[in-house]
Formats: sequence, structure tokens, C-alpha cells
Amino acid sequence: MIAAPPSLISVADLNATALTLRQRLVTTSASAKIPHLGSCLSCVELLVALYWQELSIDPARPEDPGRDRFLLSKCHGAPILFQVLAERGFFPLERLEDFGKAGSVFHEHPPKPGYIPGIEAATGSLGHGLPMALGMAMAARIQQRPTRCYALLSDGECNEGSIWEAALLAASQKVHTLTAIIDFNKWQATGRSQEVMALDPLAAKWEAFGWHAQEIDGHDFEAIEAALASARAETERPSVIVAHTVKGKGVSFMEDDNNWHYRTPNPEELAAALAELEPV
Amino acid sequence: MRDAFAQEMTRLAAERTDLALLSGDIGNRMFDRYKQVAPERFFNCGIAEANMMSMAAGMALSGLRPVIYTITPFTTTRCLEQIRVGVAYHQAPVVIVGTGSGLSYAELGPTHHSLEDLAILRTLPGLNVLAPADSTELVAQLREALDAPHPTYIRIGKKGEPPLHSGSNKLGIGKANVLREGSDLLVLGVGPILGEALQAAEAVAAEGVSVAVASLGGVKPLDTAFLEEMAKRFPRWLSLEEHGITGGLGSALLEWLAERVGPAIRLKRLGVPDAFLHELGNQNYTRQALGLDAPGLAQSFLKVKAA
Repeated sequence: MIAAPPSLISVADLNATALTLRQRLVTTSASAKIPHLGSCLSCVELLVALYWQELSIDPARPEDPGRDRFLLSKCHGAPILFQVLAERGFFPLERLEDFGKAGSVFHEHPPKPGYIPGIEAATGSLGHGLPMALGMAMAARIQQRPTRCYALLSDGECNEGSIWEAALLAASQKVHTLTAIIDFNKWQATGRSQEVMALDPLAAKWEAFGWHAQEIDGHDFEAIEAALASARAETERPSVIVAHTVKGKGVSFMEDDNNWHYRTPNPEELAAALAELEPV
Repeated sequence: MRDAFAQEMTRLAAERTDLALLSGDIGNRMFDRYKQVAPERFFNCGIAEANMMSMAAGMALSGLRPVIYTITPFTTTRCLEQIRVGVAYHQAPVVIVGTGSGLSYAELGPTHHSLEDLAILRTLPGLNVLAPADSTELVAQLREALDAPHPTYIRIGKKGEPPLHSGSNKLGIGKANVLREGSDLLVLGVGPILGEALQAAEAVAAEGVSVAVASLGGVKPLDTAFLEEMAKRFPRWLSLEEHGITGGLGSALLEWLAERVGPAIRLKRLGVPDAFLHELGNQNYTRQALGLDAPGLAQSFLKVKAA
């Protein structure tokens, strides 16, 4: 049996974990020259809430068939997922010292399962994670397992037609054990996501596709927890949580500046970022 | 062939609880019996092949054995990236079945022809690429694929394909079989079009040309032990596939021959020329127009013999 997720963790503790992860993330980005920093910083709270409050997982048994499945459909967020998995105990933090080195399995996107404990799929190409999570949820239904499946998407990823194919089928199949979370940070690689493709009104689109849609502040742990609880209580429809976030969240000069999709911090910028990421 | 597929899937659904069938909104009534046996393991995934393929990968990664079924172009090139990433890279044991392959739907136009699938899919690591000659070979390969730890692509015909294998043939994945013995030329083919080759071999026998015909069962893996044996017996080969001349079986054989150490073998590739087809008719018409029906193939055999 999978152990229940750690419960009754205080918001203060969750915030402290998020802060630690942001510190490690920007440090690793600077040392290993790993981009997508803005995209990683926007989903820290979402990942912390999932891995410390929501998912039924046991880091000691990452392949237990009864585990919940989390797929990072916005796979360019892998650098923060690696930090999360290490902190949660899936593998020793020291393994991340190889991040970005030649021959390492830790690079911008994860490999397929079997190389890094806790990685469920190689979703480096956008638009694959949600349909794969849907397949896993439907498999669990056939296998009569209580498994819940989660996919974290980016707003830019919602450009992909396969996302909407999955949305339509999940609704017709009433896969209520599937939850999509959209890290809606308002940017994609080269522009405002609303300007590149008409995403707004995003939550209403999902609602129209037959999903239980909620809109929340994606940096507010209490709001995330409540939305995940509401998704769990749903017995018919798949759920989507449209989480309004800020790209680059937590480092003032990175916030809402899309250059940090590509850039990595120089030593001065790293020092300035870490100074802002000190515990209050 | 598609009826044989549906019947075998129904049997398999009763035998194994991990089997799931995903259809891309085709096979009207074909799967009614399957649905009686395993209603909870049949999914009409709609006209949305990209999602269907990734979903099947997710199912396979969770321990199921999903089989995907739709018309060949839509289960191959339409969702190639999902096959490449979700299925092949993850080694998710999905069985992808392309129905109406080659020129089965000739009159429906180039959108429904599949003349590139073998070429494209055999480039993907870890994916077996099969093209059974008849329903018996299909059933053997399907069963083996469902026990394999890796994914498989099987292209099949439509309906009315004649049985070509004898009962004593050893069928399966990567297993070649001689369908007709001969001594002058060797035809190595895949798929139901081998029926035309057998008729052509019979026709040229009357003119004193002895043609052996073998089914390779697919383009990956190749039965190299069989090919070695054939190389000792026949200096002149013809490849035959209802597929474009570029990149498919003929190319796979040329690659193997080019790196083989031994006396040179001459190979003539028979297939569809490197062009889209616009002047349409049914499969028989199109085979005839391309010289891929029995009389056309007989002409090719005689030409190769005389060369």
C-alpha cells in the first residue's frame, strides 16, 4: 500500500519548502546553464502542493502500481520537478550535482521512466502529457485501482490540438479521476499567450468542453488545496484548475519578464536572486 | 483480413483481461462481438488520432495491452510524433494496426493510400513493423505482439484477401516463409499482394521460368537467417510491396545486401513509383495500372530473367 501523503503540513512549512526549491533552482540554472527559469518559477507552489499534500505516492516505491500518477505535461519545467523529487526523497539531492553535465540523465527534459525515480513520462514535446495521463486514468479504471492522475500544463501548451482532443474524450468517458492543472503564467516562448492564440476565456473553454473548471491564484497554497479537494470530490467530470501565476515568480527582476524563458543568471544576477529568496 | 482481426481480438479479449481496443471511429458493427465480451475495454476514441496514440501509450505504461485500430494513414503519419515519443521512445507495448493499407482504399484517393508507412515507421527504434500476407499470418503476429515487451505496428488489408500460407508454415514476427518453390528468381514480398506474385509465378512457369515466392511478414525485424539461406540459392531477387518504392521493403533488403559479405545479389524493387496517384480506380485497377497485378508482375519476372 502507498502511504498517505504527508498531511496537516502548515502553509508556513509549504512556503518554506517552496523558497528552498526556488533557491536551488536558480542556483542550478546559473551553474548548469539551464533555461526555462521563468516557467519553473511559476509552478513551484503547484508542485509543492501536489507532492506534499495531494499525491498518494511513496518515494521509496516509485513504481508501485497503486500510486497516483503525475505527468509534467509542460516538460520544460523539468528543472523544478527534479528539485521537487529530490527534496521529496525520490533520489538523493547530490544526484542533481550532475545536472546538465555530459552523460547525465538530468538535462532540460527528463528521459523516459526507469532512469530518474518519480518520472512517469518523457513529455519534452508539448501536448503529450495530458493524453498520456488520460490513458493512465482509463487504465486505472479498467484495473479497478483508486489511482488519480494529474497533468500540469502550460498555457502555451494549450495551443496544441492534442490537448483539446484529450479534453473531449476525457469528458465523454467521464474520467473524473483526471485533473489537469494549467500554470497560466500568460507567456509562451515568444509572446503573450493570449495574443499568440486566443486562449481567453480559458476556464470557460474547459467548462464548455465538459470539465469541472476552477480558477485560482496559483501561488496561494490554501486556494490550491481547496481546488484539488474540489476536483477529488467530483464524481462525473474531469477537472481542470486554471492557476493564475506569474512567470518568474519570487525573483522581482524575473517576474513577468519573458527573457527568463531563455536566459540563465550571471553571478551578479544569481546573488541578487538569492538575496530575494532569503527567508523573511 | 479486418474481419479476421476483429474475430481474433474478440477471442483475445476473452482470454486476457489486460487487452483494450481503441478505435478511431471506424469499424461500424465490426466489433459488436468484442463489445459483448469486453464492453469496458473498448473505446471509440473519435477522430482524434494524436490523443488516441498518446492515450494508448499511457495505458501501456500502466500495464494494459492496448491495440489501436484505424485506417492506415491516420494511425501512422497523422500521429507520427505520438508514435515516436509516446510509443517507441517509451517502449510502451502498444499494438498499432493500420487497416486498408497500401492501395486497399485506392479509389478514395491519396489521402487514404498508405505508401510511406513501412518506410517511415521502420526508422523508429524498438518498433517492429509487420505486414502479414494473409489472415493466418496476421493472427500469429498479433498474438506474439501482445506478449512482446515492446510496441508493434501491423499493416493489414481490407477484406477478401486470399489465404496464402500453408498449414505447415511457421508464422510470427520476423519469420519468413517460402510460399512457392522455384529455381530461377526469388520474389521476397510482404502483404496480401503476394497473392498476385503467386499467380504471376504460375503464369511464367508455363514459359519455363521458375520463380520462388517468399513472405517476409514485415520489414523489421528481417529474418536474416532466411535471407542468408536464400542468398546462397538465388543470385537474382525481386522485392514486392504494396508501398512506395522508397524506403520500404526493397530499401530494407538493399541495406542488408549492401553490408553483406558474399557474392553480389541483384535486386529489382517492385512497388508503387515515387508519385501520388490521381487517376483513380479500385485496388485491382490500380495494381493493374502500376503493373503490380499478376500479368504485370509476370512481365517484370520475365524481364528480370532475360536481363
